Amino acid sequence: MSDVASSARGDLILSHLTKSYGDFTAVNDLSLTIPKGSFFALLGPSGCGKTTTLRMIAGLEEPTQGTISLGVTEITHTKPYQRPINTVFQNYALFPHLTIFENIAFGLRRRGIKDVDEAVNKALNLVELPHLAQRKPTQLSGGQQQRIALARAIVNRPALLLLDEPLGALDLKLRRQMQIELKWIQKEVGITFVHVTHDQEEAMTMADTIAVMNEGQIEQMGSPADLYDNPETAFVANFLGQSNLIKGTVSGNDGDNKIVDLFGQKISLRKDRSHAVDSSIYAGIRPEKFRISRLETATSGNILTGGKVEDVSYIGVSTQYQVMMPWGQELMVFEQNDDGVAPFSVGESVNISWEPSFTFGLRGDEDAEAGTEVNPDEDLDEE
Amino acid sequence: MRKVSRWFQRNLIRIYAVVAFTYLFIPVAYTFAFSFNDSRKSNLVWQGFTLENWQNPCGAPEICTALGNSIKIGFLATLFSTILGTMIAFAIGRYHFKGRSTTNLLIFLPMATPEIVLGASLLSLFLVFQINPGFWPTVIAHVLFCVSFVVVTVKARIASLDPRLEQAAMDLYANERETFRRVTLPLVAPGIAAAALLAFSLSFDDFIITNFNSGTMTTFPKFVYTSAARGIPAQANVIGSAMFFLALAIVIIGQFVGRKRKVS
Repeated sequence: MSDVASSARGDLILSHLTKSYGDFTAVNDLSLTIPKGSFFALLGPSGCGKTTTLRMIAGLEEPTQGTISLGVTEITHTKPYQRPINTVFQNYALFPHLTIFENIAFGLRRRGIKDVDEAVNKALNLVELPHLAQRKPTQLSGGQQQRIALARAIVNRPALLLLDEPLGALDLKLRRQMQIELKWIQKEVGITFVHVTHDQEEAMTMADTIAVMNEGQIEQMGSPADLYDNPETAFVANFLGQSNLIKGTVSGNDGDNKIVDLFGQKISLRKDRSHAVDSSIYAGIRPEKFRISRLETATSGNILTGGKVEDVSYIGVSTQYQVMMPWGQELMVFEQNDDGVAPFSVGESVNISWEPSFTFGLRGDEDAEAGTEVNPDEDLDEE
Repeated sequence: MRKVSRWFQRNLIRIYAVVAFTYLFIPVAYTFAFSFNDSRKSNLVWQGFTLENWQNPCGAPEICTALGNSIKIGFLATLFSTILGTMIAFAIGRYHFKGRSTTNLLIFLPMATPEIVLGASLLSLFLVFQINPGFWPTVIAHVLFCVSFVVVTVKARIASLDPRLEQAAMDLYANERETFRRVTLPLVAPGIAAAALLAFSLSFDDFIITNFNSGTMTTFPKFVYTSAARGIPAQANVIGSAMFFLALAIVIIGQFVGRKRKVS
């Protein structure tokens, strides 16, 4: 998309944004366009710079370099209260000395709107808590506070709503429920949502577009399906779900496909799904894309032979296998328990096959472990 | 025997509490009781019950002038030290500037300095500048030592304030001034109120520093001290008891309001 069209539409445009604290660079030359009306997620592990980026958009941090524009207006150095942007803070930051009604009315009153009743009640109805208007924040549960924080921001009809790990403090069940609710509310009000999270499942459930951040930069941006099915880097492949990355070399071409040699066994990979720059490559396959089969069973597509079942975990909807390959790598295979094939047992010799179009190719000089070390549930409070 | 020791074990805390509170409250009870003494001259021996002292608390010569001075000084010292101390507390608690840690340290100095040293050196300072001891020098002296306590009290409150609340206010279209007025100040207010009460009580009962810097002006503690030589009049007990019950009432109301706020 062209910059001119983006500006005219009122997109949020971050251009070469950098934030340094002394020697430490939290956000490094980040450029990004967030389309108006979208539900956008900034996804990454703790310390990847996503919260800093959000705070710069809100105006709570000043960029070291670069610009932020909302439509045609540059807002890089304007004060937070001069921006048509509102934030749902981590832990909500509701004003403890004000009632819920006054919390929600706060932004409206500051903008000099006298008659706030209708707007506030509408916002309270939107989050389905109209009966709590006269309570104080401390009398509300975490989930209720979360909704009030959302209502307090949405009531102002901002051009952009920022959500900083808004569901982090809720328990799992409530989080699931709120994810669906947030998505619904976003559709209902049509405001651009920028959602910062370390939880890949949360990002994939809610967002139209996800930007995966790592070490102050964007690794990859796209729809949840794009990112999952065709990751461009090992970090993305590992941070979003699980991946099997097998080291290999590109040995030739076959029409639209590349032929990749994986420890002597040839497989094919669609050229448009290869992100390798030279012949050194990692072939990536998601564990659920693999089919596991006994040696005598006929298989098609890409096949790797010589596997041996090392471990079997039955988890209801699927069975997870660890299969040791001849070159000493354990591959993860998730089989749906729906094909009537008797489960494989430890020690059995098996072949592994998959549809060639599921393969993705990564640069061979990458760290195959990138993004796996991060435990997304730890260290929630990134400041 | 075992029964007795078990009872003792179970009630040890209660016994201790009774003993401790008795120890603490005997002087107060004594003061209160002797405010009803029909004393004429000396208030050391019980001579009969009367309400006369309570009906006429200004009966003793000079006593209400002294009380008036103490209240005036206390009010002014509280006002100035609370404003000044709150500003210092915000500066230290919120901003990083050159000399911040030094300021932090210097704030503790008046608290750590013996009052006799502080009082004497202030007096010599006033004399150097040819200011005669009296009402205003006393006010200035009281502001000096009250400020430290105000800073410490308010700073603690500011430290416990989540900076995200102010950020949220700014995010919701409140400029710096409005953020301070609508969010910061209301949230820090309980700390400021506590600091003001502390400052008033410190100023009201200060004797040593006041004695150096007040010249011929009498304050209530000075009055009690000087009259101790010829017998403290029962009216002093009346005023002392009244102050005690006033403070008690404030504490009880404070507790009550606080609890009500939590429940509603």
